[in-house]
Amino acid sequence: MMLFIEQLINGLQLGTMLFLMASGLTLVFGVMGLINLAHGSFYMVGAYATALATATTGSFLVGLASGIAVAAAVGALVELIVIRRLYHRPHLDQVLATFALILIFSEGTRWLFGSSPLWLNPPSQLAGSVTLPGGLRYPIYRLVIIAVGITVAVGMYLLITRTRLGMRIRAGESDREMIGALGVNIARLYTLVFALGAALAGLAGAMVGALQSVQVGMGEPVLILAFVVIVIGGIGSIKGALYGAILVGVVDTLGRVFLPAFFRQFMSPSEAAGVGSAIAAMLIYIMMAAILAFKPKGLFAANE
Amino acid sequence: MKTLASVGLGLLMTATMAAAQADEVKIGMITTLSGGGSHLGVDVRDGFMLAIERSGRDNVRVLVQDDANRPDLARSLSNEFMQRDNVDILTGIIFSNLAMAVVPAAVRQGTFYISPNAGPSDLAGRMCHENYFNAAYQNDNLHGAMGAYMREQGFERPIILAPNYPAGTDALAGFKHLYEGEVVGEIYTQMGQTDYAAEIAQIRASDADSLFFFLPGGMGISFMKQWENSGVELPVFGAAFSFDETIIKAVGSAAIGAMNTSLWAYDLDNEANHAFVEGFREAYNRMPTLYAAQGYDTANLILSALEKAHPSEQDAFREALREADFDSVRGEFRFGPNHHPIQNIYVREVVEGDDGQPTNRLIGIAVENIQDIYHEQCQM
Repeated sequence: MMLFIEQLINGLQLGTMLFLMASGLTLVFGVMGLINLAHGSFYMVGAYATALATATTGSFLVGLASGIAVAAAVGALVELIVIRRLYHRPHLDQVLATFALILIFSEGTRWLFGSSPLWLNPPSQLAGSVTLPGGLRYPIYRLVIIAVGITVAVGMYLLITRTRLGMRIRAGESDREMIGALGVNIARLYTLVFALGAALAGLAGAMVGALQSVQVGMGEPVLILAFVVIVIGGIGSIKGALYGAILVGVVDTLGRVFLPAFFRQFMSPSEAAGVGSAIAAMLIYIMMAAILAFKPKGLFAANE
Repeated sequence: MKTLASVGLGLLMTATMAAAQADEVKIGMITTLSGGGSHLGVDVRDGFMLAIERSGRDNVRVLVQDDANRPDLARSLSNEFMQRDNVDILTGIIFSNLAMAVVPAAVRQGTFYISPNAGPSDLAGRMCHENYFNAAYQNDNLHGAMGAYMREQGFERPIILAPNYPAGTDALAGFKHLYEGEVVGEIYTQMGQTDYAAEIAQIRASDADSLFFFLPGGMGISFMKQWENSGVELPVFGAAFSFDETIIKAVGSAAIGAMNTSLWAYDLDNEANHAFVEGFREAYNRMPTLYAAQGYDTANLILSALEKAHPSEQDAFREALREADFDSVRGEFRFGPNHHPIQNIYVREVVEGDDGQPTNRLIGIAVENIQDIYHEQCQM
């Protein structure tokens, strides 16, 4: 039982991190109709900038702030230089161009920092674990990640429903050309939305980088999961990204533990571990296929 | 007619070149210098080149190419080396899946292959070959030795963990073979996984008294950092692949206290090793890892054989390699009948070094003269 609860919290933590990645990705697609494979690179940029700034200033908070700022700046720059030229191109061109960006970012980072991972740890105040009600010991830092994720989700909700920028984003999602005709500076809106998405990815990279390792190519596995999330949630929908992220996070973590346990009922332990973990690795994709079979546009499709 | 003439001219030119450089030895090194795991290849290369430079021989040419951890690329590089450059010896491959793509074909075509790292079980047993030598280890060695060490230390309920791929399953099989007892749990993770919350929860829920894991490269870094903050307090054991100097520097304090098995330690007390560690730090301005030590030993093994014969005299050169007549940085070193080392495996503990950074300290010998279990299947 304790294991189940711990796994639920783990799933929630993974889900909130995925949400940070997926919300930027889905926003960019919803507003600009752009498929951005390079989103994982902003995750990496955020983590590297945080690791460097933390190492020089000694403060994780300063590091985190610079990580977000650098990711946003790089995002804005990439939008101005490259992405801007892709809006009117077919999706295949966008995929090719942003894939090229992945390679450029990865090799560039390797060239600058080498291929050894950088050192980044959570601040000492957040190290270690606390005892939750019910007697479960859980790492403080993971709880903080959940809190940050929820804060960002609430912030995004307020931003989109209560502010002028949010209104424009919603307008952009429903009719791109019309808001341009109404006199909104669409180019600036695009740069802003893209930078916002990059900043969220940078935040996710920085938070997770401290937990895992800061290295070249760290963004791509997360990017794949984030794509699964937005496809399940409905491409372009922030609400869908939130539910999709939590769903993927919880199903993935529960599957990894309970599938091998399930197969142990009728297999030898090492066979069960092998088969169980192989199927657990596929589980979210199976779930995605099942959801798409019934809801081809995802759970909360935008523009319906 | 014209083509025939140019072919003839070409042949003539090759013949004169061959005559001019009769005693030159060409070594082709295919190793991983970019992509995941590139610090392994860089260290093997640097250790290897250090030994070649120190030998002062000017007739040994080493050609280095990056395989980017891709089996198909490694395969085509090996063909290039053998057909275009006519290398006498191939070496350098880090990962077992790449070794399996290159080695069998290369040795069949009469080229010598000396492995500085990868030691897949097939090449030690069923598919062993007279032209294949492994100067590093057989893949199971370090895991098995840790199994034996943990048994000896009285741990009765270990839980073991590795990624779900051939070297991972081999690692756990190797561990269990020499641990010779029941393990309370076996966990397989995904290759390249970075979040281990689910696995750590599982370990917490088990009644294990110790943890053994094999997570090479970045995976081990992520795992150790998350382990430290999880509040689970079990002693941690592993093989040196998860605790080389580069990795523990990235892990930081979380690595301290972990025990790991290695075929080499920088504080191993022998003359060859002192010279190696000092020379390496001087030349490259960093601490050598076990991969650097393996590269260095591989080069010295080749050099020792070159003293006795040129690789074109295949039988004599092979005999010279078999003798392994060189001062290994590991101390005693000899080959078993399948051309894999019979060697001591040491236990190291990760401690805080003088500079406050974690580093490995030699504790003792885990298993003396370990030999892989596959040599019986080898018919040479």
